[in-house]
Amino acid sequence: MISPFVIFFASILTSNMILSNFLGMCSYISVSNEYKTASGLGKSVTLVMVLTTVINYAVYRFLVIPLGLEYLQYIVFIIVIAALVQVLEMAMDRFLPDLHIKLGIFLPLITVNCAILGTTLFMVIRDYNFLQSLLFGLGSGLGWWLAISALAAIREKMAKNKLPPGLQGPGIAFIITGLMALAFVGFSGIFPIT
Amino acid sequence: MSPRETVRSVIRRNLFSENQVIRQILGICSSLAVTNLLSNSLVMGLGLTFTTALSSLTLSALRNWIPHRIRMIVQTLVIAAYVIFVDIFLKANLPEISKALGPYVGLIITNCIIMGRAEAFAQKNPPLLSLLDGLFAGLGYTGVLLAIAFIREFLGFGTLFGYPVNVVGFETWTVMVMPPSAFFLIGVMIWIASARMAAKKGVKKA
Repeated sequence: MISPFVIFFASILTSNMILSNFLGMCSYISVSNEYKTASGLGKSVTLVMVLTTVINYAVYRFLVIPLGLEYLQYIVFIIVIAALVQVLEMAMDRFLPDLHIKLGIFLPLITVNCAILGTTLFMVIRDYNFLQSLLFGLGSGLGWWLAISALAAIREKMAKNKLPPGLQGPGIAFIITGLMALAFVGFSGIFPIT
Repeated sequence: MSPRETVRSVIRRNLFSENQVIRQILGICSSLAVTNLLSNSLVMGLGLTFTTALSSLTLSALRNWIPHRIRMIVQTLVIAAYVIFVDIFLKANLPEISKALGPYVGLIITNCIIMGRAEAFAQKNPPLLSLLDGLFAGLGYTGVLLAIAFIREFLGFGTLFGYPVNVVGFETWTVMVMPPSAFFLIGVMIWIASARMAAKKGVKKA
C-alpha cells in the first residue's frame, strides 16, 4: 500500500492534476488572466475537491458497490458533485456571506471542472482507502491551485510584453504551461510513480 | 454565429473556422493525456464524436419539453448515459485501450465540447442538424487529437499506430512521451490557427 503522505505530495508535485494529467484545463486557461481571481478559483476547487472525494468515497463504498451499480458510477458521481456544489453555495450564502462574495461566482464553474470528476475516478480506479482518498483529494486540489496561481502570476507579469499576434492569449498560456510542466517533471525523482 | 445554418456551414465551421479545440479552446481537459499514441487518440476521438452527436440529437429532440431551469442537469444526465454506453462498449471490445484510457473515458462527461454544443446549438436547432453539428464538432476534435498524436508517437516512440517506421539512425525524443510536449504542440497549433485566421481576415486579431 502506498503511504497516504506519499500520495499527498505526489499529487501536488509529480502527478499534478493540470501539469501531468491535463485535468481542469478549460477553466485553467480561461480564468488565469488575473492572479487574484485565479487564486480564488483555486481555493474553491480545493475545497470542493476534498469534499467530493470524501463523499464520493463513502457513496461508492456504501451505496454503489453493495447495490451492484458500478456501471452507473459516472451518473452517481456527477450528481453528487452537482448537488454538493449547489448545497455548498446555499450554505455559504447563509452562513459565510463574506466568503460567498469572494468565492461564490466560481462555484457553478466547478461542476464542469474535469479535475473534480477526474480525482474521483482516479480514486476509484486506484482503489484508495479512506485516508488515501482524503489526502489525494487535498493534494490534487492544492496542486491545481498552485498551477493556476503560478500561470496567472506569469501571465500578469507579461501582460504588457509584445507577442506575435496569433500567440497572444491561449497560445502563449499553453507554451508557458508546457515550460511549467517541464519544470515539474524535475520532481519526478522524489517519489515512486503512483 | 450566423442566424441560418446550413449543412455546409455547419461542417465548415466545426472542422475549420471554429474548431472546438484550437479555436474555441474547449475540451482540452480530458484529451491531451491520451495523445501520446495514435490508437488511443483515435478511440478517444470516436468515443467523443459518438457522445457529442447523439447527445446533441437527443437534447435537440427534447428541447421543447425540457424545462429551462433544470436543463443543465438533464443535459448532464443524457451525456452521462451515452458515456456509460461508450465505456461498456470499450471494456467489452477493446479492453486494452479501455485500460490505457483509464478515467479519461468517464471524463468525456465533463468535456466542455459536448455541453457547449448542447447549449449553443442543439437548443435552437432541429434534431438532424444538431446531430450533424455534434458529429462534425467531434470529428474536428478527433482531427486535432490525431495530429498531435501523430507528432508525439512518431517522434516519441518512432512508431505509427504501433508499427515501427524508424528512419535509420533516428533517436526517439523522450520529451515527446511526457506531458509537456502536448502543451507545446497545442500552443503552436493554436498559434498557427490564429495567425492564419487573422491573415485571412486581413485584420490583426488578438
